[in-house]
Amino acid sequence: MKTFLTTTALVALGLAAPALAEIRIGASISATGPAAFLGDPELKTLEMLVEELNAKGGINGEEIVLVAYDDNGDPNKARTFATRLVEDDEVVAIIGGTTTGTTMSILAVAEDAEIPFISLAGAIDIIDPVKPFTFKTPHTDRMACQKIFEDMQKNAITKIGMISGTDGFGASMQAQCKAVAPDYGIEIVADETYDPKDADMTAQLTKIKGTEGVQAVLNPGFGQGPSIVTRNYKQLDVGLPFYQSHGVASDGFIELAGAEAAEGVRLPGTALLVAGLLAADDPQKPVVDAYKAAFEEKTGTPVGTFGGYAHDAFLILTDAIARAGEAEPAAIRDAIEATTGLAGTTGVYSFTAEDHLGLDLSAFRMLEIKGGQWTLVE
Amino acid sequence: MRLTVKSATLLGLVALIALAPLFFPSGFYYRVGALIFVNGLAVTGIVILTGWAGQISLGHAGFAGIGAYACALAPVHWGLHPALAVVLGAGVSAVLAWLVGRPILRLKGYYLAVASLGMGILISMVLNNERALTRGPDGIEVAELGLRAVLKDAGLELSNGQFWYFLCGLVLLAGAWLALNLHDSPTGRALRALHGSEVAARTVGMDVARLKLQAFVISAVYASVSGSLLALQNKFITPDVAGFMHSVEMVTMAVLGGVGSVFGAIFGAAVLTLLPQVLTVFAEYEQLVLGAVMVLVMIFLREGVVPSILRKIRGGGE
Repeated sequence: MKTFLTTTALVALGLAAPALAEIRIGASISATGPAAFLGDPELKTLEMLVEELNAKGGINGEEIVLVAYDDNGDPNKARTFATRLVEDDEVVAIIGGTTTGTTMSILAVAEDAEIPFISLAGAIDIIDPVKPFTFKTPHTDRMACQKIFEDMQKNAITKIGMISGTDGFGASMQAQCKAVAPDYGIEIVADETYDPKDADMTAQLTKIKGTEGVQAVLNPGFGQGPSIVTRNYKQLDVGLPFYQSHGVASDGFIELAGAEAAEGVRLPGTALLVAGLLAADDPQKPVVDAYKAAFEEKTGTPVGTFGGYAHDAFLILTDAIARAGEAEPAAIRDAIEATTGLAGTTGVYSFTAEDHLGLDLSAFRMLEIKGGQWTLVE
Repeated sequence: MRLTVKSATLLGLVALIALAPLFFPSGFYYRVGALIFVNGLAVTGIVILTGWAGQISLGHAGFAGIGAYACALAPVHWGLHPALAVVLGAGVSAVLAWLVGRPILRLKGYYLAVASLGMGILISMVLNNERALTRGPDGIEVAELGLRAVLKDAGLELSNGQFWYFLCGLVLLAGAWLALNLHDSPTGRALRALHGSEVAARTVGMDVARLKLQAFVISAVYASVSGSLLALQNKFITPDVAGFMHSVEMVTMAVLGGVGSVFGAIFGAAVLTLLPQVLTVFAEYEQLVLGAVMVLVMIFLREGVVPSILRKIRGGGE
């Protein structure tokens, strides 16, 4: 009987009747749990943008209502929340899926219900093969590999060592890098892994250092692992060019690794990290500057790539709703697919029926850390 | 006439499963109901193992992981029908439980807790790291069960949520019925006897190690089937299902509701599945509330919510 009481309580909570002239947008984000460092800025960004847009009068005069849930990075919870957003909250679109696992869970629900869904996770599987209602804003890990290999090619590097995290991000990027390496004439001569919770990676790095012919080292991974790898790399005085992934493209990485150890580290990042260095005529400059200023004023913390993913998802969605002229899921989906040349913080988006990512390699900027600051590599 | 515990529990469950949908304002509640039933099934296994045989396992999520990944992998690699994959997963879980339990359960005390903890972590590591097979931490898609389409052809059209609600409900009912039958069988009595006093049970000639092993294997099958149902329902599964926290969650649900009673354990599963949904407004304090609920239950309702309340009610009447 207690169950009934609780269910009734749920009913009371869930049945706040939607007022007229409002557009309900759903989000399932990992604001707490192991992926919190991604999800927390994402949620803050969405809340901030909704407030901003409503202050300006909403979309076509209709107010935006954000229904956001925290899925703790648990795919099972994400699926439950996605079901709740679709069935109970009756949203017209969903943003979210901080991690690939949660995204895949939400994706199944969104596709079933034919609700447009914009994911904030990296893996290529999300949009390849293309699913009609699913889009995503971050570059794929395959593109990060390609950008890094392009830079290596320019520097005549052909033999590299890899040290990858065994978490979802590291594992997926490791596989993608191995797949595209031959296209750039690059041979992976050492391939090591570490657990994201490891406190020391000296052993793996020593092995890479001792491998014949290694010319550079690449570290796909995110979270604290890459910071430790970077410190160990400096301690061992490996001395070879060192590449990190877009997974650590935030000021937090330089802080954790220390400016001295991070000196000379290269990685593919977004325009957001080098906002001050962008050319005046850069199409991304206005949107990057505006987001950076607003986010830093609102939260008092520096902007990062991940909050930028949420910013772009919201931008794409609201732009599509405005163009569609009506907040109907099918119309919004068609409008998203018709997006062309929309400048976000991550890159300039142009979607097509075959491409639900909408970015190319030019969206990535090759960055190098010099004196504890991000600089652009020409 | 007084109802026996068995018929009261089963009747209560049937009524709950059949009547609850009348109060559902939207399709979402079918999903929550189905999750409660899936968790309830796993927790029923914990009741057999912990409530009756007095053994503690901290690795039961490992068996759920085996059940889940059996449904993900067997249809793809060996062309097995997903329904048979559930059976395969249960079989593998049973064999593994037997192999782990056989040497460990000869010992007296809480060795099973440590051994099963290690086993659960190992299974979770295998699922995370054997990327060629399991596709690693990002998870893997699970084949469609296909039963819903069969029902549709037979003229019974259910939404996805409704279908899983009633299927999981029926499986839970079957699981509870089997468990309650076991409770009243000679084996069940023997299990409860050895929980009371292992020495006494041994003295009257019971094969204590074998009994404990039986309970462990049976509860592993319950966990495995619950993992399979979760995977088939979500159509996507990640190694999180085999994670340590999931094991702890199962034990917590059982202890909260009342580890000695099937209905109590299912009640515990219901509370802990519903709480995160009710608490979305203060998601940040969810862990805090869960912890506080656990502590309060342990202090004031030591046998778990349902048995303690039942005792209070009966105590008043007797």
